[in-house]
Amino acid sequence: MNALSEKLLGGKQGAIHLAILAVLLLVILPLCLDLFRLGLVGKYVTYAFVAISLVLLWGNGGVLSLGQGMFFGLGGYCMAMFLKLEASDPISTKIQTTPGIPDFMDWNQIVALPWFWEPFKSLPLTLLLVLGVPVLLAFIIGMAMFTRRVGGVYFSIITQAIALILSILIVGQQGYTGGVNGITDLKTLSGWDIRTDSAKYWLYFVNASLLILCIMLSRFILTSKFGMLLLAMRDKEERVRFSGYDVASFKIFIFCVAAMISAVGGAMFTLQIGFMSPSFVGIVPSIEMVIFAAVGGRMSLIGAVYGTLLVNFGKTMFSETYPELWLFLMGGLFIAVVMFFPEGLAGLYEKYAPYFSITSLHTRWLKKVQKVSGESQ
Amino acid sequence: MFGYTVEEVGNIMVMQGFSGLSLFSVLLLMALGLAIIFGQMGVINMAHGEFMTVGAYTTVFLSKLAVEYDIVKSYFVFAIIAAFIIAFVLGYLIEYMMIRHLYKRPLDTLLATWGLSLVMQQVFRSTFGAKEVSAELPEWLLGSFQPTEGIDIPINGVFVMALALIVTVSVYLYMFRSRGGLRVRATMQNRVMAGAVGINTKQVDRVTFALGCGIAGVAGAAFTTIASTGPTTGSLYIVDSFMVVVFGGAASLMGTIASAFGIAQAQSILQFFMTSSMGKVATLMTIVIILMMRPEGLFAAKVRK
Repeated sequence: MNALSEKLLGGKQGAIHLAILAVLLLVILPLCLDLFRLGLVGKYVTYAFVAISLVLLWGNGGVLSLGQGMFFGLGGYCMAMFLKLEASDPISTKIQTTPGIPDFMDWNQIVALPWFWEPFKSLPLTLLLVLGVPVLLAFIIGMAMFTRRVGGVYFSIITQAIALILSILIVGQQGYTGGVNGITDLKTLSGWDIRTDSAKYWLYFVNASLLILCIMLSRFILTSKFGMLLLAMRDKEERVRFSGYDVASFKIFIFCVAAMISAVGGAMFTLQIGFMSPSFVGIVPSIEMVIFAAVGGRMSLIGAVYGTLLVNFGKTMFSETYPELWLFLMGGLFIAVVMFFPEGLAGLYEKYAPYFSITSLHTRWLKKVQKVSGESQ
Repeated sequence: MFGYTVEEVGNIMVMQGFSGLSLFSVLLLMALGLAIIFGQMGVINMAHGEFMTVGAYTTVFLSKLAVEYDIVKSYFVFAIIAAFIIAFVLGYLIEYMMIRHLYKRPLDTLLATWGLSLVMQQVFRSTFGAKEVSAELPEWLLGSFQPTEGIDIPINGVFVMALALIVTVSVYLYMFRSRGGLRVRATMQNRVMAGAVGINTKQVDRVTFALGCGIAGVAGAAFTTIASTGPTTGSLYIVDSFMVVVFGGAASLMGTIASAFGIAQAQSILQFFMTSSMGKVATLMTIVIILMMRPEGLFAAKVRK
C-alpha cells in the first residue's frame, strides 16, 4: 500500500507539488475567479491533458507526435456526437425535413442517420468509444510505424500528415461531421443540462480531478520499471533492443496511453465548452500543444500543467489586446524555449528552487551572521 | 466514366495532368530545397514554406518597381535571381543564429523552426498586409496555346516547368559534379573525416542550408506566376513538400523528382473527379499508407549507416 502511494504520488517532493497543484485548481482558482474566467481555466485544463500525454510520449519516450490534437479531437467528437444526438430528438427538430437527425445533416440533404453515428445513441457505448477510437487509431499508427522502426523526425512528419488528413476529412465531409463549424448547439448529457452555472462548476471540478488522476496514472507508469525502460529507449534505443526488450511494443503502449489521456481532455472540452470543431484537430493546434509541454518542462508532468495554463493565459491576454504581437511572442517562445530552456519551467524551478528553499536561506543567513560577527571581533 | 465521353475524359486528363505539372514544378522546387536540407543534413526546416514566401514577396515587390520604371517585359529573370539571393542570405543568417546550435537535437530544430515560421508569417502580415497580392506578370507569360481543339495549355505553366527543370539540373550538377557538392556529401557522410581532410564543415553546413533556402526562394518566384501570395502561402505547401521528400526517399534526388510528380499528378487528377478536399485526402492517405509499409521511401539511398 505504501509502495503504491509512493508510486502514484512520486515520493514526498512529488506529493507536495501535486497537492499544491490540486489546491490551486480545486480551491484557489474557483474561489478567486468568476464563472467566465473559471470556464477559461477549465478549457486550458483540458489542453493540459494533451501536455501531460506529451510529457509521457516526448519527454520520456523521445517520440514526438505532432498529431496529439487528432486524439484530443477524436475524443471530443465522440462526446459531441452523443450530445448532438440527444439534442436532436424528433420533437425539438420537428421543423426539419427529416426530424430526429442533427441539424447540419438536414442542411446537407442527408435523410437517415449514418451507421457510424448509431453507437452514439447510448452513453456507456459513447464513453467506451471516447477512449476506444483514439486508442485504436494510435494502435494502428503505432503498429505500422514502430514495428518498422520508424522514429524520430519521420514519425513526427507522418503523424503531422495524418492530423492534416483527419482535419481535411472532417471539414470536407460536412454532412457527416458538421464541417468547419464542427458540432455545435449541445444541450444535455443524459437529461442533465450542461449549460447551467451549477453544471459548469460541476464539470470544472470533474475535469480538474480527472487531470489530477491522469497525472497520478502517468506518475505510476513513469516510476515503474516500464518508465525506466522508456527513458532508456529514449537515450539508447539500440541497447534496450539488444538487451532483449521488444522496443516496438513498449512504444506502441505509451503512444496508446498518450492518445487515451488526450482523448479524455477532448471529451471534457466538449462537455465544458459545449462544442467541438476541426480547429482542434489539425496541424497548428497539435504543434501548439507541444509548446505547452515544452514551456512547462518536457520531463515534468506537473510542470506541463503550469506551462499550459501560463501559455494560454498569455494567449488570451495578448490576443485580446495586441493580436499582432501574439504571433511574434508565440514564435519567440518556441525558439527561446528550445534554444535556452530545453527543460522548461520545471527545469528552471529545479535549478533555482534549492537556492530559495528555507533551509538553504537559513544556512546562508547563518553564514552571513557568522561572517559579520567574525569581522566585528 | 462519370458521365463524360471518352474524348472528353482524354482532354480532361491532359489538362488536369498539365495543371498537375504546374503543381509538380512548385512542389519539386520546394522539395529540392528541403531534400538538400533534410536529406543531407537531417534538419527539419518547418520554416521552409516561409522562405518560399520570401521569394514570392520579393518578386511581387520587384514587379511593382518594374511597373514604375516600365521594364515589365524583362524584370522577371532578375526577380528570380533576387528571390534566390535574398532567401539565401536569410537562410545563411538563420543557420548562423539558430540552426547550428541545434544539430544534435533534430526534434527541437523542428519546434524552433516552427516558431521561426510563425514570426516570419507575422512579419509578412505586418509589412505587406494580410491580403493576398499578385505580381504584375509580363505579357509573354500570360495566355495559353491550344495544340488541339478542347485542350488549353497555359504558358505560365510551361515557364514554371522549364524553371523547375533548370533548377533541378543545376542542383544535380552542383551536388554530384562539383567540388562544392563533393564537400557537402563528404561532410554529411562522415563529418569528422571530412574535417580531417581539410573541409570547413561548419561553412559547408551554412552554405548547404542557405542553398536549400535559396531554392525555396526560387520556388516562391515561380509560384507568383500561377497564384497570388499571402502571408500564409508557404505554410500551405509545407506538409506536401515534406511528404514529397519523405516519400521519395530522403537522400535521393531521383526519388524527390518522382514523388513530386506522382503526388502532384494524383492530387490534381483526383481533385477533378472527387471534391477538392477528398482528392487531397485520398492522395495523402495513399502516401501515408505506402510510407507505413515502406518507411524508407520510394528510392532508398543505399548507404550503410
